[in-house]
Amino acid sequence: MIGAIHTPHVDWFSLSTILVLLGGSFLALLSAVLVPQSLRRTVSFLVAASATTGGLVTSIWLYVDSASGHRVVADAFYRDRWTALAQAILCATTLATALVGAEQIREHEPEFFALLLASAAGMTFFVGAANLMTMFLSLEWFSIALYVLCAIEYEKEGSLEAGLKYLVVGSFGSAALLFGSALVYGATSRIGFQEIAAAAGRHDLLLVLGLAMIVAGLSFKSSAAPFHMWTPDVYQGAPTTVTAFMSSATKVAAFALTVRILRTAFPQETHLWSWALAGIAVASLLIGNFAALVQRDVKRLLAYSSISHAGFILIGVASGTALGGRAVMYYLIPYSAMAFGSFAIVAARERELGEPVTMDNLAGFGWERPFLGVALWFFMFGFAGLPLGGGFVGKFYVLAAAYDHGWTWLVVVGVLATLVSLYYYLGVVRAIYMRGPALAVAGGSPPRDALTHVAVGAALVVSVASLFAVSPLITLAKHAASALPF
Amino acid sequence: MTTSSLTSVLVWLPVAAAIVIWILPLSRYAIGSLAVLVSLAEVGIWIEQAARFDFSKHGLQFSEDAPWIKDLHVSYHVGEYGFSLWLVGLTVVAMAACIGYGFWVGRDRPRAYFGLMLMLTGATVGVFVAQDLLLFYAFFEAMLVPLYVLIGVWGGAGRIGATVKLLIYTMAGSLLMLAAIIVYGLRVHTFDLVTGPVSASRWLFLGFMVAFAIKAPLFPFHGWLPDSYREAPPEVTAVLSGVIAKAGTYGMLRIALTQFPDPSSYYRTVVLALGAAALVYGSLLAFRAPDFRGVVAYSSMAQSGLITIGLFSGTNLGFDGAVLQMVAHGLVSTALFLVAGTIERRTTTGEFALLGGMAKGRPALATVLMTLGVISLAVPGSAAFAGEFLILAGAFQRAWWWAAIGAGAIVLAAMYMLRLISAVLHEARGPRVSDAALDLRPGELALVVPLVGVLLLLSAWPAGISHHSFANDDPTTAVTDQFR
Repeated sequence: MIGAIHTPHVDWFSLSTILVLLGGSFLALLSAVLVPQSLRRTVSFLVAASATTGGLVTSIWLYVDSASGHRVVADAFYRDRWTALAQAILCATTLATALVGAEQIREHEPEFFALLLASAAGMTFFVGAANLMTMFLSLEWFSIALYVLCAIEYEKEGSLEAGLKYLVVGSFGSAALLFGSALVYGATSRIGFQEIAAAAGRHDLLLVLGLAMIVAGLSFKSSAAPFHMWTPDVYQGAPTTVTAFMSSATKVAAFALTVRILRTAFPQETHLWSWALAGIAVASLLIGNFAALVQRDVKRLLAYSSISHAGFILIGVASGTALGGRAVMYYLIPYSAMAFGSFAIVAARERELGEPVTMDNLAGFGWERPFLGVALWFFMFGFAGLPLGGGFVGKFYVLAAAYDHGWTWLVVVGVLATLVSLYYYLGVVRAIYMRGPALAVAGGSPPRDALTHVAVGAALVVSVASLFAVSPLITLAKHAASALPF
Repeated sequence: MTTSSLTSVLVWLPVAAAIVIWILPLSRYAIGSLAVLVSLAEVGIWIEQAARFDFSKHGLQFSEDAPWIKDLHVSYHVGEYGFSLWLVGLTVVAMAACIGYGFWVGRDRPRAYFGLMLMLTGATVGVFVAQDLLLFYAFFEAMLVPLYVLIGVWGGAGRIGATVKLLIYTMAGSLLMLAAIIVYGLRVHTFDLVTGPVSASRWLFLGFMVAFAIKAPLFPFHGWLPDSYREAPPEVTAVLSGVIAKAGTYGMLRIALTQFPDPSSYYRTVVLALGAAALVYGSLLAFRAPDFRGVVAYSSMAQSGLITIGLFSGTNLGFDGAVLQMVAHGLVSTALFLVAGTIERRTTTGEFALLGGMAKGRPALATVLMTLGVISLAVPGSAAFAGEFLILAGAFQRAWWWAAIGAGAIVLAAMYMLRLISAVLHEARGPRVSDAALDLRPGELALVVPLVGVLLLLSAWPAGISHHSFANDDPTTAVTDQFR
């Protein structure tokens, strides 16, 4: 007789956000075959909107209800506030993506929503991963969904190319992560993050090599230099709605897990990875900002800007302190709102023009679409760290974390990088307000884009409100970070 | 509402009005009127504050303190000292005149224009009342945001280059200041200016000082000035030179000298030399400038140098004179740039070669410009004379040669102002001056005459400011005590 398989006790509530999103994905996919053509868009959108709203509710509930963090499901998943807060941010960005996607994605809508929700479910699982296995599985889970999302407009060459490029380079990153995990397992014969920390010997070369490869693999996902090569091409080629999702949600997931694994599994190697990450941060700041200076395509420009922001966030990660941890969590809130919002605006412009948005055909946009123009103005100044939004406080926080760690030089690097970045962010504002329209928009009034306006408005509110309501948000981030062993 | 919230009202009322203008679908006329009304309300609130201000009391007045970023001890702390009261007064009066000018000339895209002007008002008042370093920095930067768009959209032909220069220059300085703020604040565990201890770090002092020297501007940091002052719309240039440049010198007084006493005295000679260089070089450039705005722009730089000399002389007379001169010069240059705007509207140019003979048949213009010119060149009895005299007397107490350089530069001031007056008002009639060019209209007079009136009032009673800027009229002690 085959012995009974001992299934672990499952704390279903701790997985509720993931399950809600996954259920939504399933329903959205079903609607592709069961719902008549004319209703598919509406039904699948409603499914996506309600699933993400549900996920938002459950993750907030989990946040409230998980004051003492612990592992669940055979120690494979963390139920704590770090997970819950990251999940809440992820659900909010997914909801916003669904709003924009409902208008900007013109074909394969049920498939789009299904993949979007599947990817979001993978990310919400990823941020709570508690061992190498769940980490890798959930990474693949959301990545595969993203590969397909990038190529969803497969009639367009750029979209297909983006999907393929992301698949190839992303697989390389996944492979690095997997190989690193194997090395770490070889060194410690443990897969749980906490167990690795307990079992790790000092100066174990195998472990250090594994750590380096894990850092590299995660840096591919957060598009930090020098692991960023795919970012501009994929961001440019993918449907802009998908780009908006990737630039906000993927970064949130990647950084939330990076902080977690480094602090939980490799506390003894802090001196190594903090220097390594500081190096990666500096490289990202340099490459992101200087390459952005010469971009004419707005999506590429924003892609390089996202690389430079990865650098800023990494400053907070590298500091390895509790201050750095909550700096990262805080930074991600206004950053994801601004990144999402600016790509959503580009999506609206793209739909209006029917061609890629460049600095030239952005001319006059601010006067033609006043609300979107003002929002883009706020996002650009917010990215540049001018005090119009939480981006300012975020930068202040990560730089404060760097100084707190004793890295005054990194503060100076961050400040100089901000100065360089100013030039291209101002370039966008200049394009939308200060240049006359270079070409007439092809006939008729622009699409109404009501849902896109709602999503952009929400992003604007989040980015501005995070400047004023710093203390409440920091308190949230502080409670989240207290779940990690700082 | 208690009186202490008046300061916050001064900061946020214009911002709220800007949001109302952006959201409500008002007519062009309603938007302009609303903006002017709000800017006048600001003046009214300020008068209320000035009337309630207790000039004999030590410490902050009308102060409000609320946590902003608790975690790192950053707070929303605003309040006023005697000298900040005068600078806030300068801001609201100058902004009211400039917003009125924008209304009078009927700027196109009024929603954006008036909203941004109001936003600029709030941010500038915020700079002068912020008592927390990060809050100060936030307002200091927030001034740039509306300025960038105001110059870039409503400016002249070379506006794009001007905005880039302005932003890159000033941000270079202020980002170094941000680094200094982070280091200072985390080192002493507070960002509060009132309770924060003094620091002896020369690096931090330099981080702040470079930002202020660029904003003022002092001699080697003035690269942004000519383009911005020439390309901005005249009323924005007026704000820029009259009010925003004063944020630089205000920062020197409130932060550099107060929180960094040792580095200040260590670098005293360097800063005095830079101030003297700005004074002499600015005056020479003003004398050579071929156009109205160029003269006033470079004279602003010279005046910033003079104010810096007053502040860094570190004497009672120098401090008193510097505060008086900040206000007096702020009013003069605001009024002069507005007059420059009215002249450009009539002749489409500010070039002296194309102007001349405008006094004939235009008595109001001639009187206003003459009065402003005479005050600006510091004729004895004028407010500017009182300010410059106090500064020079203070500088003399430090060392005689600073006063000698200053006195020499004041002769240059007479030369460039008289050159301006004669080139515009007298001499042969310029090719661009047609008979149809009208005298100042009542609307324009309503904007400029109040400024001239305030200046005449200050000329009659300069002690109103110079004796009411620091507690017990003892500036050096107040600075040493960090105004507590």
